Amino acid sequence: MKVANEMKLILNSSSVNEGFARVAVAAFVSRLDPTLEEISDIKTAVSEAVTNCTVHAYPDGVGPVYITVTVIKDGRVRIKIRDVGVGIEDIERAREPLFTTGGEERAGLGFAVMESFCDDVRVRSKPGKGTCVTLIKTVGERDE
Amino acid sequence: MLRTESSPEVVTAWLSGEIDHHSAKEMRETIDREIERWRPALLILDFRDVSFMDSSGIGLVMGRYKNMSFIGGEVRVTNCSPCIYKVMKVAGLDRLAEITRQRSVSNK
Repeated sequence: MKVANEMKLILNSSSVNEGFARVAVAAFVSRLDPTLEEISDIKTAVSEAVTNCTVHAYPDGVGPVYITVTVIKDGRVRIKIRDVGVGIEDIERAREPLFTTGGEERAGLGFAVMESFCDDVRVRSKPGKGTCVTLIKTVGERDE
Repeated sequence: MLRTESSPEVVTAWLSGEIDHHSAKEMRETIDREIERWRPALLILDFRDVSFMDSSGIGLVMGRYKNMSFIGGEVRVTNCSPCIYKVMKVAGLDRLAEITRQRSVSNK
């Protein structure tokens, strides 16, 4: 498959970077003429994935978060958010709505939000090695 | 960022800006201080000036709902933009609290 356009971003997992990460991805995707709702969906899903890196991947400190955004043909966007943190023991359980290891103030809905705001969400993880979340979203398709 | 107005009956909190994991903590603490101090029958969370929210905002509403239930009070969530409302719906928050949407605003 021919790759149309791509950008890569490496940032550390400090919570202060959550806002930058979602805005940077949204700015890159905005060239595809997405609707306001699609941009908001992407920002929200990216925010969830990056927050997972901040809260879960590096619980005792800060580590790198690698974001790759690829514009596949036909306005399909693939967003990979990868860390080299602690990994997830049980991915199925982690994706369950309301399940969280993040304490009382975390709703446990990060993956549920990603799933309902994207066309597809894939999670690969190895305990001790890290996690890679892939979000797929089609934007800018309008029947006008 | 947050502005509050409180009485023994109602605590109103106007949230503003972006609600994420980074910003939610301070908002939670401010609202909880007001709840603790006034023990109101009703907490109104106004989202009219919130431009972005992820599931941290859901946690914020759910946590305040819990605290208000504990003192026998209610929570009302007002002026949600379509995007904010969509996030609330994922969590089924509309079953916990009364949520009102923003009246349609003209395009800026």
